[in-house]
Amino acid sequence: MLRRTTTILAAGLVAVATGAWSDADDNELVVNDEIEITTQAAAPAHVEGLSEIYSGWRFREVDTQAAQMDDFDNPAFLAVDAAQIKWDTVEGEAGKSCASCHDDVMESMKGVRAVYPKWNETAGEVRTLAMQINACRTENLKAEAYGYTSNDMTAMEALISVPSRGMPMDVAIDGPVQSTWEQGKEMYYTRYGQLELSCSNCHEDNYGNYIRADHLSQGQTNGFPVYRLKNTKLNQVQDRFKGCIRDTRAETFNPGSPEFVALELYVASRGNGLGVEAPSVRN
Amino acid sequence: MRLSTLTLAMTLAAGVAYANPVAPGDVSYTEYGAIEASLSGAPGDAVNGASVASSRAMGNCVACHKVSSLDAAFQGEVGPSLDGVADRWSESELRGIVANAKKTYEGTIMPSFYKISGFVRPGDAFTGKAAQGELDPLLSAQQIEDVVAFLMTLKAQ
Ligand code: HEC
Ligand code: HEC
Ligand code: HEC
Repeated sequence: MLRRTTTILAAGLVAVATGAWSDADDNELVVNDEIEITTQAAAPAHVEGLSEIYSGWRFREVDTQAAQMDDFDNPAFLAVDAAQIKWDTVEGEAGKSCASCHDDVMESMKGVRAVYPKWNETAGEVRTLAMQINACRTENLKAEAYGYTSNDMTAMEALISVPSRGMPMDVAIDGPVQSTWEQGKEMYYTRYGQLELSCSNCHEDNYGNYIRADHLSQGQTNGFPVYRLKNTKLNQVQDRFKGCIRDTRAETFNPGSPEFVALELYVASRGNGLGVEAPSVRN
Repeated sequence: MRLSTLTLAMTLAAGVAYANPVAPGDVSYTEYGAIEASLSGAPGDAVNGASVASSRAMGNCVACHKVSSLDAAFQGEVGPSLDGVADRWSESELRGIVANAKKTYEGTIMPSFYKISGFVRPGDAFTGKAAQGELDPLLSAQQIEDVVAFLMTLKAQ
């Protein structure tokens, strides 16, 4: 029954998509016939180079789009189910599970994904969701940190994102995070590598255009972690940054590095107003 | 095809005389970004230039440009179509654009194919690691000449 709905929906999408030009299409994203997700919004005032912002979903093929419209079709949900088991399982020397302190993830983590990266007062640092997960693992569970871009990490990020789906991204850019945000902004406009390409060259100046076989989106992060059909797994956002910088024939930065934390904060803020989609599906 | 093989053979035979390309740092550009003389000292081979322009591993020009006469799949649209480009630019101008388009179009997204310094965090090709030692330009002097020869074939009729 659910599958049938998706097929009909997908068929409906084809009609719209073929009518559109190579820019963002006009399709609307509703997940499970229930969660309406904003994929287009007025650009936040702090993004001078764009007037409208679009989710990457709007640039994908119809089949790829459809895979995200029903959790039964979304391959990321295998990882979400696995992470739910981890959430409830005692691990580490403190004899606790995530649930010991946070109970039902679908209740306690509502809205969390939408505001990360954010300032952590106690630690006095900007924390990505991955950093916060590891902080709770090492300090509260007394368990080992997950590898920053490991499957365990992306699965846990995906699980924590689910209750925020549809909520608008709302990352703070001022106060104690401001200097980090400025650093990320500077990186966004830096032309890295032997090809001398900045994030903005592709994702601000050329979104909607094809670069070889790739239909360029705005490089928004509201869908991360992203299940990619290309490598059939969940992809961590900083792994994506790494790939994009590597492709400019540059020496990239490491996931978890202060530079990528700053870049993630800045890029996330460019999507303020877009609905959280994670875990999303892309090619 | 026969012609290009011949050209290649001639180039090889001439050996020493042609083995003196202008180094990327020594190229002289005109005020408008053109380069008057051949970078390799040898003529370009249009057939080879077509494959340099199509190949991902070499020029990959079609990542950003459409060229109707090439049968490369997935031609991009970041830059203008190169059809008829030889009607718009002279050979010297095209050589300058391919070698370092930033001298013709300030701030262009088009990479500089004959430049080896002035980069931010240059990498070792597509490995993501830091470059070791001196960089090679994206294309050799002869490959630039070959691409330019190919571009010179792109006329409206
Ligand atoms: C001993 C109790 C405890 C355990 C166990 C615990 N946490 Fe936490 N967690 C906290 C506290 C306290 C905070 C608030 C920290 C703060 O704001 O500085 C927090 C905050 C968080 C946040 C950020 C919430 C927000 O609103 O910003 C996330 C995400 C999180 N924890 C995930 C986890 C995960 C995943 C696990 C299991 C690996 C876990 N926690 C285990 C106590 C715990
Ligand atoms: C040479 C062009 C190019 C550059 C430069 C580039 N990217 Fe990308 N990026 C791509 C392509 C192609 C994709 C896959 C298609 C798409 O979503 O645009 C992509 C995808 C992404 C995505 C995933 C979007 C989604 O919805 O799944 C993010 C995030 C991203 N890029 C961020 C960045 C950042 C940050 C930088 C600068 C460090 C950057 N990119 C530089 C080409 C580029
Ligand atoms: C990353 C994208 C990109 C790549 C790769 C690229 N170009 Fe370009 N090229 C451009 C853009 C964009 C312009 C238009 C100049 C501008 O406004 O910035 C341009 C302009 C040109 C022009 C002038 C076109 C005209 O109609 O006046 C020529 C010729 C040209 N490119 C040749 C090449 C060749 C040959 C290659 C491969 C060796 C190449 N380009 C690779 C983006 C690219």
